[in-house]
Amino acid sequence: MNTDKQLKFRNTARRGAKWLERGVEGLFTASGWVSIVIVLLITIFLFKEGFGLFQSPTVEKGYVLCVHPSNPVERLNASQIKHIFDYETTSWSEVGGADLEIRPFRFEEIFDYYAEEEFGPDYEFLPDKLAEVVAGDEGILAFLPEQYLPADRSGIKIVEAGNITVTDFFGGREWLPTSTPAPQFGALPLILGTLWVSFFAILIALPLGMGVAIYMSELAGERMRKVLKPAIELLAGIPSVVYGFFGLVVIVPLVQRAFDLPVGETAFAGCLILAIMALPTIITVAEDAMRNTPLAMREASLSLGATQWQTIYRVVIPYASSGISAAIVLGIGRAVGETMAVLMVTGNAAVMPTSLFEPIRTIPATIAAELGEAPAGGAHYQSLFLLGCILFLITLVISVSAELISKKQRQAV
Amino acid sequence: MIEAKNVNFYYGDFHALKNINMKMERNTVTAFIGPSGCGKSTFLRLFNRMNDLIEGTRLTGECLIDGQNIYDKSVSVVELRKQVGMVFQKPNPFPKSIFENVAYGLRVNGMKNKKEIEEIVERSLRQAALWDEVKDKLKKSAFDLSGGQQQRLCIARALAVSPTVLLMDEPASALDPISTSKIEDLIYALKKEYTIVIVTHNMQQASRVSDNTGFFMLGELVEFSETKKMFLNPDKEQTQNYITGRFG
Ligand SMILES: Nc1ncnc2c1ncn2[C@@H]1O[C@H](COP(=O)(O)OP(=O)(O)OP(=O)(O)O)[C@@H](O)[C@H]1O
Ligand SMILES: [Mg+2]
Repeated sequence: MNTDKQLKFRNTARRGAKWLERGVEGLFTASGWVSIVIVLLITIFLFKEGFGLFQSPTVEKGYVLCVHPSNPVERLNASQIKHIFDYETTSWSEVGGADLEIRPFRFEEIFDYYAEEEFGPDYEFLPDKLAEVVAGDEGILAFLPEQYLPADRSGIKIVEAGNITVTDFFGGREWLPTSTPAPQFGALPLILGTLWVSFFAILIALPLGMGVAIYMSELAGERMRKVLKPAIELLAGIPSVVYGFFGLVVIVPLVQRAFDLPVGETAFAGCLILAIMALPTIITVAEDAMRNTPLAMREASLSLGATQWQTIYRVVIPYASSGISAAIVLGIGRAVGETMAVLMVTGNAAVMPTSLFEPIRTIPATIAAELGEAPAGGAHYQSLFLLGCILFLITLVISVSAELISKKQRQAV
Repeated sequence: MIEAKNVNFYYGDFHALKNINMKMERNTVTAFIGPSGCGKSTFLRLFNRMNDLIEGTRLTGECLIDGQNIYDKSVSVVELRKQVGMVFQKPNPFPKSIFENVAYGLRVNGMKNKKEIEEIVERSLRQAALWDEVKDKLKKSAFDLSGGQQQRLCIARALAVSPTVLLMDEPASALDPISTSKIEDLIYALKKEYTIVIVTHNMQQASRVSDNTGFFMLGELVEFSETKKMFLNPDKEQTQNYITGRFG
């Protein structure tokens, strides 16, 4: 009787526990799926918005480019258009036409040609006047709103500008997203700027960070470590705007004076501030990894007559290699994605990087600075999303390659 | 010849070894026995200065090898450790290949000649009675070996540096009877060339492999004498009790 009761009790308890277990298991599984779905959604959203750019016309929406009907030129690309309106390209022969001077004409200039009254009270004669101007000048390239095109198109010829192309974006060397009539979305300077600054930042931060990590994990006494470790962790928690201030007030003038430059806001200042920001991450992650090397491994090495240094680079560092590559990836990730501090110290000139001592601009800084002004859904807006995609791909490539490297190293040791 | 003179050792305030005097002759096997925590490992680790790694420790007295105080300022710890090899309680191979494990000591000593390294690796593995089992998979990770094989690998690794003294801290405690007896045979064979000190909790093992035995208790060396005498007719009652398992 007594045993029966106990048995029953035990059974129900087990069943209850089982349900609880199932529930918890389901919860964990669900959270795994939810995070996968979120990552996918973000990626899809980013890429969908970004790749919309290639469906946008080269010239501003609602406008067309017209030439004289006798002009043989059929197509112009974004940078040709821009250079013509900047008076840098002056002859049609440079863009595949006759040897004739180009006369760039913006719509507003029509008001210099005719008096206000001639357009009629409701501007109903405006299209005709525009047609007159185009027909009257063989060298003209007119930038006109579609709605004011004349009904009779015999006197004008519309030049194809097409959509923004992949080469415009990835090969273009000019980033002028608000220029009219043809905004320039050449992302090359931004991509290179980002890679350039991040690369040199890591080049500075890595040896320094590894040095500090080795010192802390292998050489420093217990007391020194107790002070250093929290200090460095604190450093990792400082908001990047504060680093930006520090960079602006300390590093920028320092760089300017040290290298005798006209301005201190340069790629190099960005590298320095990024190196400082990446350091705490690199140090703490690498140090943790090295400290995790079992005492037995160190003892084995030392007992065979290895010196402390030999033990560090033959046993500790290989043992910690995957942790160290994680440290490097996190450091690079911080450098590539860092926005505020870089925005504040690099001078933000979207030019092709040629020297560390000139202003530069990175992808995240561009997105942060321009997203607020870019009309939603427009080409500029989409181009910023595409920049986001590139940033995403850069970090993906870095983390995948680091994973591969550390896997190889683990097999090699 | 290894000698300890009035050795006292402290972990911080804790007095772990109390005034120990002992002499171990060349080409003999000395066993240390005693209850857990009595200081056997601590004493053993004094002779390759492994205790130097632990912060806050203090040593008084002298540890001599061939008449030289190994704690003298003029002694290089690195050179000392090449002379005094150590095998640890738990097998601790490096996460490297079998070959590289044995070659490690040679490489850190600056040996570059590939042929020479290969020869020594083979010789050491043969000495450790492991060669036949691993000769076809030298490139495989040491972690693929069984526990007993790993321990013999660690012995081979220690032998490769050609030490004169071999310190073994419970080398067979984690092993099955077959691996254990292999290691005991090994110790017996190595005696010809090395001075061996072994810590063990296994009375039979101590009586089988050693020439002399030291019995430790609470940081003191209670008795130190010839193994035969120790196990048949010990001087102290404490020793008798411990050996016969009546220790409480
Ligand atoms: N790193 C350390 N710090 C502080 N005390 C220690 C340390 N290592 C050992 N001790 C203490 O010193 C004493 C002797 O330890 P030791 O490891 O030498 O014992 P043992 O005889 O080898 O024991 P076992 O048979 O369990 O291995 C023990 O009381 C232990 O608590
Ligand atoms: Mg011990």
